[in-house]
Amino acid sequence: MEFLQQLVNGVSLGSIYALIALGYTMVYGIVKLINFAHGDVFMVGAFIGFYSITILDLGFFPSLLISMVTCAILGVLIERIAYKPLRNATRIAALITAIGVSLLIEYGVIYVRGAQPEAYPGDLIPATSIDFLGVKVSSQSLMILGTSVVLMVLLQFIVHKTKIGKAMRAVSYDMDAARLMGINVNNTISATFAIGSALAGAAGVAFGMYYTKIEPLMGIIPGLKAFVAAVLGGIGIIPGAMVGGLLLGVIESLVSAAGFSLWRDGVAFVVLILILIFRPAGLFGKNVREKV
Amino acid sequence: MAVKTPLLKVNNAGIRFGGLKAVSDVNLELKQGELVGLIGPNGAGKTTFFNLLTGVYVPTEGSIELDGDKLNGLAPYKITKKGISRTFQNIRLFNELSVLDNVKVAYHSLAKHSIMSSIFRLPKHFSEEKYMEEKAVEFLKIFNLDNVMHETAKNLPYGQQRRLEIARALAANPKLLLLDEPAAGMNPQETEELMNLIALIRKRFDLTILLIEHDMLLVMGVCERIYVLDHGQLIAEGTPEQIRNNPKVIEAYLGEEVS
Amino acid sequence: MNMLKGAKGFWSSIVLAVVFGIAMQFLITGEIINFFYVNTLYFIGINIILAASLHLIIGITGQFSIGHAGFLAVGAYASAIITMKLELPFVLGLVAGGVAAAIAGLIIGIPTLRLKGDYLAIATLGFGEIVRIVFLNIEYVGGASGMTVTQLTTWPWLFGSILLTLLVIRNFTNSTHGRACISVRENEIAADAMGINTTYYKVVAFAIGAFFAGVAGALYAHNFFIIQPTNFGFLKSFDILIFVVLGGLGSMSGAVLAAILLTIVSTFLQSYPELRMIIYSLVLIIMMLYRPQGIMGTRELTSFFKFGKSAKGGVNDGSKNTVA
Repeated sequence: MEFLQQLVNGVSLGSIYALIALGYTMVYGIVKLINFAHGDVFMVGAFIGFYSITILDLGFFPSLLISMVTCAILGVLIERIAYKPLRNATRIAALITAIGVSLLIEYGVIYVRGAQPEAYPGDLIPATSIDFLGVKVSSQSLMILGTSVVLMVLLQFIVHKTKIGKAMRAVSYDMDAARLMGINVNNTISATFAIGSALAGAAGVAFGMYYTKIEPLMGIIPGLKAFVAAVLGGIGIIPGAMVGGLLLGVIESLVSAAGFSLWRDGVAFVVLILILIFRPAGLFGKNVREKV
Repeated sequence: MAVKTPLLKVNNAGIRFGGLKAVSDVNLELKQGELVGLIGPNGAGKTTFFNLLTGVYVPTEGSIELDGDKLNGLAPYKITKKGISRTFQNIRLFNELSVLDNVKVAYHSLAKHSIMSSIFRLPKHFSEEKYMEEKAVEFLKIFNLDNVMHETAKNLPYGQQRRLEIARALAANPKLLLLDEPAAGMNPQETEELMNLIALIRKRFDLTILLIEHDMLLVMGVCERIYVLDHGQLIAEGTPEQIRNNPKVIEAYLGEEVS
Repeated sequence: MNMLKGAKGFWSSIVLAVVFGIAMQFLITGEIINFFYVNTLYFIGINIILAASLHLIIGITGQFSIGHAGFLAVGAYASAIITMKLELPFVLGLVAGGVAAAIAGLIIGIPTLRLKGDYLAIATLGFGEIVRIVFLNIEYVGGASGMTVTQLTTWPWLFGSILLTLLVIRNFTNSTHGRACISVRENEIAADAMGINTTYYKVVAFAIGAFFAGVAGALYAHNFFIIQPTNFGFLKSFDILIFVVLGGLGSMSGAVLAAILLTIVSTFLQSYPELRMIIYSLVLIIMMLYRPQGIMGTRELTSFFKFGKSAKGGVNDGSKNTVA
């Protein structure tokens, strides 16, 4: 039963990773940039959610919504100000800029409100738990899982059934051809950042609710791990990010359960290196070779 | 005359990517000193075939032999050391290096001194660097590139970049030189110069050349023998005259101009 | 060409550097410069070694590695074990730090260096994190609370190490082996086609870079009384990366210059840590937007003193650059 219990915990954690990983994977798919600032958007989302709940006295869903909208705007701002001018620059320049933006958000937040952590209120949703086959599933876990599933279904719908989704797929396939076909590439890229950042915002609120403690540097490690999840599933592939996130969450929980909780943070990176060496295109990816 | 073993012998070579047969059943022989053309419509697998010869791709079937040595599965740099050197369809120079240094990189296999003797500046380092430098300067003179030898490669005009790429490939001291569309993007005058250059290097270096080209004037003008590739398979082989009149070739090029 | 003249300039710059080193030694022992500045000087020195070592990997060989703090950590811990646990002399600690980091470089480099671009970057970042977590979990070196280390780093050791690092990397770069590395950076496929064993040179550059990062780790460990796994997180890797990128990818003097400037700036902003990071990140972003090639581009400092031709990529002629 212990094993099943850990599996449930792993799935909750994994769905948070998956939500963040989606933003990484979408942005990478479209502009080939590892957006290091993405983990910090997640952190901002957690704080916006916290202030909506405590200061504005709102419930879970309105706070979630406010956080998602704010993060979407933040994501678009980051893209327009920092990344857009670098679209034709070298990959290294873009990556360094992303690192710069990440540091700026982290220390900007510390500068404005200090480095002290905050605690999410515990009474946000009724703290009951369901017993299922002897496994305790808390209402928070259910809520996180439910929210993630709904958002992922919504994302699939947007990407596959709407006009903007079609544009996103076209731009990620071939930016120049898409432009020639009359697609507004700039708006499409902004939309991608907006959607990805909104998902990170939602992940931030979910994280706060599940782990209670939030602080300005909280985005770094989950951000990196979510990136690992994206690589695991095959970077640029949306279902890959979901599966990669869930898988990583479960692996981590099982490692903790096996008594190696101090090694938990290392596991993600071991997984990363193994996948990069043996299947660099990820679980769902196809190998592409450089044209000679 | 005794039968000489061919320099290059390709037996039923081919490669498949997943289920797709990019090149299959290619049989080809080059004799020492020949200048042979490889033509075919776009996407026929010509560059893929070059990549098989140079080890960028490993053939999934058949064998490739140079001077009787099997090349299958060797890393590209080892194949270069065995004596096959190439240029690329899209020029691949070492852009930030000077013209001189581009050639010196090709001389790297001449240097026998260790990393340690470079780091501690032992006499071997100086003598070999000096030797490479002098050799490279002499070499660039043949190609009329000695007046730009300190220029950064990326700053050269297009025609000179092509010339430098051929010079660099020759500096690696090949027995067999592969030229991948050397005349691509050149105007008639530059193409003329290129033909002269090819004639010159054949005379000066004891070389066998295999050449991919779209410019029919050039292929028909300089090649002694031509192979035609279509859909990854050889469909014809012969002298320029024979190729010009081969119905299979005309069919493969249907819609494309064969002048 | 001008081999003799080049060698002369080279030796005179070494003599000049040694004179500078001895002069600094007198200033330090005579307590003419105060402790704060001496400490800053040590910081600068260690960062110069780190910057130059990463420059060889990224700037010369073009392998985008962002886990350099991992090698720093390996060197720091290895040397601390030598001096503190085995009670052997400091010089052995320095050597052991370098060798251990070079071995770590081989272990990580051989499997990962076939990856390209972003994938290599992420793999090396992952490696850096794994190193940190491994030290976090080894009780022998103190786990999370770290290891106390005696202060053994002195100016002669530090200065000697800097000089050795810059010399070795410069000599390596300006040789046929260095040209092979640059050809890998410029066009790996063409390098391969010219008979360069690209994997070998990538691994060699990685190992040499790791070696000197390890030496820097030894100096670092014996300067700060305590080493902890948290000192070697990926923020530290980014710090080193920033020296190399801001200085100009491909320019050793650029990397050294950036290491000096940024260390001075961050020392003076030490009392305002948040502000320091904000300024730091803004400089990074603005620099990438307006001068992505860095302060020096691929030029070396010495090329400004020459007329006519410039020393692009630092390898035009066997012996033209000075040590710094």
